[in-house]
Amino acid sequence: MKVLTANRLGDGEVVWYANGAWAETIEAADTVADKAGEERLEAIGAKAAADNLVVDVNLIDVTIVAGIVEPVRLREKIRAAGPTNRNDLGKQARPQTAKAA
Amino acid sequence: MYRYDEFDHDFVKARVAEFSDQVQRRLAGEITEDQFRPLRLMNGVYLQLHAYMLRIAVPYGTLNSRQLRMLGHIARKYDKGYGHFTTRQNIQFNWPALSDIPAILADLASVEMHAIQTSGNCIRNVTADHFAGAAADEVADPRPYAEILRQWSSVHPEFSYLPRKFKIAVTGAERDRAAIQTHDIGLHLKKNAAGELGFAVYVGGGQGRTPMVAKKIRDFLPEADLLSYCTAILRVYNLNGRRDNKYKARIKILVHETGVEEIASQIEAEWEALKDAGLRLPESDIHAIEAYFAPPALTDRPEGDAAVKRDRLDSRSFSEWLDQNVVTHRHPDYAAVTISLKGIGEAPGDATASQMEAVADIAEKYAFDELRVSHEQNLILPHVARADLRVVYDALVEIDLATANSNLISDIIACPGLDYCSLATARSIPVAQEISRRFASLERQREIGELKLKISGCINACGHHHVGHIGILGVEKKGSELYQVTLGGSADENTSVGEIIGPGFSSEEITNAIEQIVETYLGLRLGPSERFIDAYRRVGPAPFKEALYAGEAKAA
Ligand code: HEM
Ligand code: SF4
Repeated sequence: MKVLTANRLGDGEVVWYANGAWAETIEAADTVADKAGEERLEAIGAKAAADNLVVDVNLIDVTIVAGIVEPVRLREKIRAAGPTNRNDLGKQARPQTAKAA
Repeated sequence: MYRYDEFDHDFVKARVAEFSDQVQRRLAGEITEDQFRPLRLMNGVYLQLHAYMLRIAVPYGTLNSRQLRMLGHIARKYDKGYGHFTTRQNIQFNWPALSDIPAILADLASVEMHAIQTSGNCIRNVTADHFAGAAADEVADPRPYAEILRQWSSVHPEFSYLPRKFKIAVTGAERDRAAIQTHDIGLHLKKNAAGELGFAVYVGGGQGRTPMVAKKIRDFLPEADLLSYCTAILRVYNLNGRRDNKYKARIKILVHETGVEEIASQIEAEWEALKDAGLRLPESDIHAIEAYFAPPALTDRPEGDAAVKRDRLDSRSFSEWLDQNVVTHRHPDYAAVTISLKGIGEAPGDATASQMEAVADIAEKYAFDELRVSHEQNLILPHVARADLRVVYDALVEIDLATANSNLISDIIACPGLDYCSLATARSIPVAQEISRRFASLERQREIGELKLKISGCINACGHHHVGHIGILGVEKKGSELYQVTLGGSADENTSVGEIIGPGFSSEEITNAIEQIVETYLGLRLGPSERFIDAYRRVGPAPFKEALYAGEAKAA
């Protein structure tokens, strides 16, 4: 299963594609499970990059844990949460994410 | 210290204006990321895991308090309240918005700083001994030469698109504190028998995936020939460096593949052809730059002796800090102080905005306004009267920067690793933190003695693991972090590359493995004066292998 991720052009914020927009947290990201879905997301990513909304667009592997989208690789887990040595920084520092965790 | 002249001011201002315009055009969508990436990299702007990252040069590690205060201001206003001092005497901010970077660069320019050439295949920030100008053992201050190299290499038209990045380091002392033999060019400033200044020249050192110790190609290059000779080296490299393969493009590979003698003779031939062609440094120019680095007027403060004796008795922690973090100055009434950015359990090299501001205040009051960033990721006050050491110590205690661990096992170099870096294969900061906590007892650390532990989060080796007495390299194996240990590396005048001791360790095992290595050393050393590195060089890897893996082999 995959989701589409990138960094927002203006401030570099890590974002995921969700419901037709770029969300700042991963929970609601659109997941795809087949080649056609991946191609659809890739096309969306390429267009968003071409439209200068985001940079460094990638499809990443995820799983669903207790109903929540979770990245497979540690690198992507850290992008989704923030530095592991500072839980006061990054997404994990936000009240709603902290609750979800 | 060096002050910008009108030309420098105009140059940096023009660059800020140019890059601000490029950022505006990027944000407006007028240029693509592919067009913008090389432009932002030339100005120190990377894209990392969480955000953009801005790398700012601290030329040869020298700062004044106004500059450090500005770094604190940037950390507070545009970042998340802290910055990361690096092994290349730079500072990195981890969270700036691209849209704020023009304002940050304008703020930096107002204190004569910039981020130019902190990335890209050009000559990077020239680094130097962090005790330059203060060290009792130096023949002359290496920084004027570093500044000359900086001026020469800034937007040098011929050397702005080299096969790969190029790093130069300079030391003025026999004891190498600038790791010159791990650089593309290492310069050792010395005097010949006639008392004239010149350089021993090393080329082809480097870390990364193929670590190499630099080779000495000249024992004494007269100071006047510095630029012509460096030009000759760079010409040979620019022409013959392996542009076909990024991983073989550093000069170390060229030196290795060509052979030292052959490359030295190519450089000499190139130099013969250009050495009289206008790059000779006139003595007056050298003196003009030297004047900027004139040492502060150090008045005699003989009362320091008695004060230090008295305060030692009064406070054990002050006394330990003196032993560990304070070194001899060329003036007997003064000392150079290492401010450890390695508090127990802290991220190596990180400092908060308030710490930067407070350290700037201390430097202004007690250290002639001078500061240094060391390649070991600490801050230095190069000139403090011994009589003022106690007040300086007390002020550092207040901001949690008085950890007395310079050169001990918790004085760890660590790169940002997977917590920040997009190239990382494993985390390095949490490993450093756990080891630091395990060895938290200062008494135990002092019992162990000098031990340089260095950690990188991938094979690029930004954390100098190859040249750590103990080096740790984090890799990814089957989706997990795995830590490879090397022993016997060193980055001083006897530079050596460490050897991999055996199979790697998981993140749960690595701290135990380090402890086992340390215990093994303590068991076999000839006495407390035999440092870890000396003991390792005497006995080799066998006892350490035995301690780490013998049980496993039996169990298997
Ligand atoms: C976070 C972004 C960083 C990136 C993308 C990065 C990238 C790299 C790369 C690709 C290399 C290998 C060069 C080669 O082998 O040719 C390298 C080497 C190196 N980097 Fe970094 N680095 C980063 C951060 C740092 C930091 C934080 C430091 C200082 C703590 C640092 C200091 C060095 C040093 C000392 C080397 C090895 C010396 C050499 O060039 O051979 N880098 N870096
Ligand atoms: S060694 Fe690797 S992980 Fe560490 S900063 Fe350098 S590139 Fe990043």
